Amino acid sequence: MCDTCGCNLTPGNKHLAFKPVAKGATAVSVLKGLLAKNDDQATHNREHFDRRGILAINLMSSPGSGKTALLEATLTALKDEFTCAVIEGDLETENDAERIRAKGVQAHQIVTGTACHLDAHLVHDALHHMKLDGVDILFIENVGNLVCPASFDLGQHFNVTLLSVTEGDDKPAKYPVMFRAADAMLLTKTDLLAVLDDFDPDKAEAHLRNLANPAPVMQLSARKDLGMDAWLGWLREQLAAQRARVALGQSRRPAIQSDGVKYHSATSPTPPSPGGAQSHATRASS
Amino acid sequence: MHELAVAQALVEQVDAVIRQHGATHASLIRVRIGPLAGVVPELLASAFPLAAAGSRMEHAELDLVAAPVRVRCQTCGVETEAAMNSLICGACGDWHTQVISGDELLLESIELETTSSLPPES
Repeated sequence: MCDTCGCNLTPGNKHLAFKPVAKGATAVSVLKGLLAKNDDQATHNREHFDRRGILAINLMSSPGSGKTALLEATLTALKDEFTCAVIEGDLETENDAERIRAKGVQAHQIVTGTACHLDAHLVHDALHHMKLDGVDILFIENVGNLVCPASFDLGQHFNVTLLSVTEGDDKPAKYPVMFRAADAMLLTKTDLLAVLDDFDPDKAEAHLRNLANPAPVMQLSARKDLGMDAWLGWLREQLAAQRARVALGQSRRPAIQSDGVKYHSATSPTPPSPGGAQSHATRASS
Repeated sequence: MHELAVAQALVEQVDAVIRQHGATHASLIRVRIGPLAGVVPELLASAFPLAAAGSRMEHAELDLVAAPVRVRCQTCGVETEAAMNSLICGACGDWHTQVISGDELLLESIELETTSSLPPES
């Protein structure tokens, strides 16, 4: 969206730009996403990936739902097929990156300190510490957190959200922002379903659909090597699709991020500010 | 608790607009937030003074406008209100809907103060 020429003003949101103001003051309509700077950096990261034909996947879930275990199993299964690399995000320790390096795969650990999520700038800094040439798939393991990571685009092509069966099948209903952002939902640790009578995979999927999310749902256990084929097949399919996009000079954003703004203008229900016959506004263009 | 990061992004953006318009400070900042943006308005409101301390907007009023969650059904075409964890069509119950309001996190407008005594043009 442009903030210099006023083209972001539409009949639907124009009333927001005209508001009576005190003398000596100017009202400026901005209509820009609050995270625009992060989103610009994310776009830049995505260009890095696309230039090299890399498929970038952002893994999100609660802490302990099996992201690193899934990566270990995935990297082992794909080691003769693709070159993978991993960015790990945690508040502290190099532990996860070391687990990945033990698989012979390049890993960079981002230690966020107290920050509860990765952002596009952190990922960009990490990319400068990595050798990206020849990499086919880059996995970004976000900070374990079902809330904050959902709001920050990192430049990935897909969001993959894990839900372990020990967590409860209503997690998508409890954390709608996160699960709405998922391009694929993985139910993990499914070998434990046999001893858990309170997790119903169908209910988990129904809660996801209630978020208007058509994402595929895959059930797997990385530890017991169950259901991994569907996940690996999905990755192969997405890498092939990514290469086809790159050949055409196209890219892909995660399903929901940043597509919202363009729909809002026509339906904005906020009434114009009452009072004041004369309204003044300086558009961002002036 | 990523609201502080969001507040810092807000301060940067407002500061850019202040500079762009040659204003001295901002007196009112209006932000539109939908529940699906994943940002809690109350937390943003308490994080804002921390992020804005010492800046040209530290005395600005932060007006947070709540956006309702609305969906448009791709099956029956009707627009309805929805709950943030149930984005199904309120008319036919189908889940093939598109969120048309409720996920925005938008800096809508800013009121700027200028030292110049020139009134705004009419």
